[in-house]
Amino acid sequence: MTELTHLTIAEARDGLKAKSFSATELAQAHLAAIEKARALNAYVLETPEKALAMAKASDEKLSKGQGGALEGIPLGIKDLFCTDGVTTTAGSKILGNFNPPYESTVTRNLWNDGAVMLGKLNLDEFAMGSSNETSAFGPVVSPWRREGSNVSAGAAGAIEGTHLVPGGSSGGSAAAVAAHLCLGATATDTGGSIRQPAAFTGTVGIKPTYGRVSRWGTVAFASSLDQAGPIARTVRDTAIMLRSMAGPDDKDTTCVDLPVPDFEAAVSRGVKGLKIGIPKEYRIDGMSPEIEKLWQQGTEWLRAAGAEIVEVSLPHTKYALPAYYIVAPAEASSNLARYDGVRYGLRENGRDIVELYEKTRAAGFGREVKRRIMIGTYVLSAGYYDAYYVRAQKLRTLIKRDFEEVYAQGVHAILTPATPSAAFGIGEKGSGDPVEMYLNDIFTVTVNMAGLPGIAVPAGLDAQGLPLGLQLIGRAFDEETLFAAGQVIEDAAGRIELPTAWWA
Amino acid sequence: MSVDEKTVRRIAHLARIAVTDAEVPHLQGELNAILSFVEQLNEVDVEGIEPMTSVTPMVMKKRQDGVTDGGYADKIVRNAPTTEDNFFLVPKVVE
Repeated sequence: MTELTHLTIAEARDGLKAKSFSATELAQAHLAAIEKARALNAYVLETPEKALAMAKASDEKLSKGQGGALEGIPLGIKDLFCTDGVTTTAGSKILGNFNPPYESTVTRNLWNDGAVMLGKLNLDEFAMGSSNETSAFGPVVSPWRREGSNVSAGAAGAIEGTHLVPGGSSGGSAAAVAAHLCLGATATDTGGSIRQPAAFTGTVGIKPTYGRVSRWGTVAFASSLDQAGPIARTVRDTAIMLRSMAGPDDKDTTCVDLPVPDFEAAVSRGVKGLKIGIPKEYRIDGMSPEIEKLWQQGTEWLRAAGAEIVEVSLPHTKYALPAYYIVAPAEASSNLARYDGVRYGLRENGRDIVELYEKTRAAGFGREVKRRIMIGTYVLSAGYYDAYYVRAQKLRTLIKRDFEEVYAQGVHAILTPATPSAAFGIGEKGSGDPVEMYLNDIFTVTVNMAGLPGIAVPAGLDAQGLPLGLQLIGRAFDEETLFAAGQVIEDAAGRIELPTAWWA
Repeated sequence: MSVDEKTVRRIAHLARIAVTDAEVPHLQGELNAILSFVEQLNEVDVEGIEPMTSVTPMVMKKRQDGVTDGGYADKIVRNAPTTEDNFFLVPKVVE
């Protein structure tokens, strides 16, 4: 029998139903793997007692032939989702030992369907980053290594050598899934934070349509862009997880009142008769020939499976990233105003209330977060609002219109690379110029700006043996087509062989 | 557009973030790098374009105007650094 930690969610679900193993055994196998992988720093908090108690409850249900869609399935939770009675940090010092007295809607939905919580996963501070290097709890080590690299397990559970980043902001989620430290993980995506780390780690990640998943109880970064989704090892597994995570919620007025389709049923639909668009504006200057080849390969796979391939144009593509770096910091500066040292989290005392705020926020926020709050404050300040913020929102209208025009021509989904390169090394990017790091999201950020769904699927390896992903962008509320087309790519590429546990 | 040191200090104060003298030049450089990156938006003619206000066209959900939750002040203040009788404590604001 396959190691329990190497099962897919679908296989584990079937095995639990057939009583080949228990939910407790499944949880224990994962807890043991997590313990041996602490050097990866994927989990910021392990919750073994909770995991075993939830698994026991699942075993009782399963023994009576009951249980939800995720009964007994062990998951990791990005530490941006508030979990009742379990410390939630958002990867920041400013939340201190914040212990939410409530449960986010996403995690509530997962527990209602029987899922088991293994712990909270590392992330970039307030989900601001593309490498997991901005976390107050230190970077995450990618389970992937370049061929012939010097990275190995060091003494006393340390890691030796210059390791790779897992991407970000959902770096802990992607690393944990790729390293078999959970069967699936929750993640969030504001500009690419699900799809980029999924592409960097050979995993599958989907950002659903804005409004498909409730944002209630998820620490806010940029409210008009934030959307939660799953990272898992197969397209089918993400479909299973998203069905449980999604759905109407009275606590989030931007969460739509639409029934959640049976996403898993869509996985085997195929792409026969679908029209897939290839946007010429994504062929950027200096794009690596490997990415170009992968994209061409993906096009051929979809064509061979019966899709019609058409070239399309999304003329405002290049403006999505600069517009994002106005809109997202503006919303962040407003959302993060709540961290003031009064109602929760860290507090640094001052002579008066203003000094208390200023000292608390100076001590509690990291560099990237401060930078973004300040940019946001600037673009919203008197005299600059029209020149920056209003202009960026107009660009957003144009970006969305580009997609609408393509879809109006009968295109069902759009195929692009997920990232401009494979994973890079720790400390390699963005130390001098923050924009260098921001360019990671060049292919993913358009999707958030237009509120559309996007999935990243592993499609091959680069010359250094590192995974590369393709992205499919869908019509609003048509995640089903993404699962169908994503499965075609997964079938054609073959499932990527994940790294063996060199760290354990 | 670019920001000078004085503007960096003003933004930091508006954002309620204390900055040291040593931090100001770094922040200035980083903020100016971002501002010069977003400058390219000026190439686009946005005359007559409506700024986006809602990414998903939908009517905002409404509910009955009634109390649906609450009655647990102790839970609300549980995570606060300092409290008294279920109130948040701050330095004296009004003399």
